[in-house]
Amino acid sequence: MSEIKKFLYVNRKAPYGTVYALESLEVVLIGAAFDQDVRLIFMDDGVFQIKKGQNAEASGMKNFSPTYNALGDYDVNQIYVEKESLEARGLTLDDLMDLTYEDEDDDWAEKKSIRLLSADEIRDLMEESDVVLSF
Amino acid sequence: MPSMDVNGSAVDVDEEGYLSDINDWNKDIAVALAETEEVELTESHWEVIDFLREYYDEYQIAPAVRVLTKAIGKKLGKDKGNSKYLYELFPYGPAKQACKIGGLPKPTGCI
Repeated sequence: MSEIKKFLYVNRKAPYGTVYALESLEVVLIGAAFDQDVRLIFMDDGVFQIKKGQNAEASGMKNFSPTYNALGDYDVNQIYVEKESLEARGLTLDDLMDLTYEDEDDDWAEKKSIRLLSADEIRDLMEESDVVLSF
Repeated sequence: MPSMDVNGSAVDVDEEGYLSDINDWNKDIAVALAETEEVELTESHWEVIDFLREYYDEYQIAPAVRVLTKAIGKKLGKDKGNSKYLYELFPYGPAKQACKIGGLPKPTGCI
């Protein structure tokens, strides 16, 4: 029996202007089809990727933020946001999208996927992951 | 760019036969796309296609088959939310064929 690897996807860039955010999201969705323990971190300008009410018109890119809501369907429900990054940008948890999942082991109760972590806790998370992919 | 003929007008498709522009889609095109897949559309097929289009509209992606199966079971009932039922409707892959017929891009996570 092979052990399930812990994958950590670190998202650090603004959602538009480059393809990093969109590419990361696609890799996560594709990877979720395999037996992996998938975790996502949003830090630095990456926190803007999951901000509510995005308008991508001026960037010439498609607003792909609705796709983050599908992560729960793909059993990706460990989403971490760095507290310091959020604060430095004048944002709070309320400014972020309400990403949720349905807990199969708890009668499909809807639960929140996003958790705030300090920079120190993020470091620990990286430490215990088998694979860290940074976008 | 390749194209297909639907009632006398040309519709652009990609090299795998998926519609180039999802906004081109209508029910006549769906029927023509189904013919290329050798699928005869019934009410049950439309149920799945309509579901996929709604899913795409909400999330901007076509779901992987595992996600589709779960979501169909929730919306249309357990007897339909299994791969046996979906593969009977779309023998060459429910997500892939139903997306193509529904005018959507190839599902994300489809390999």
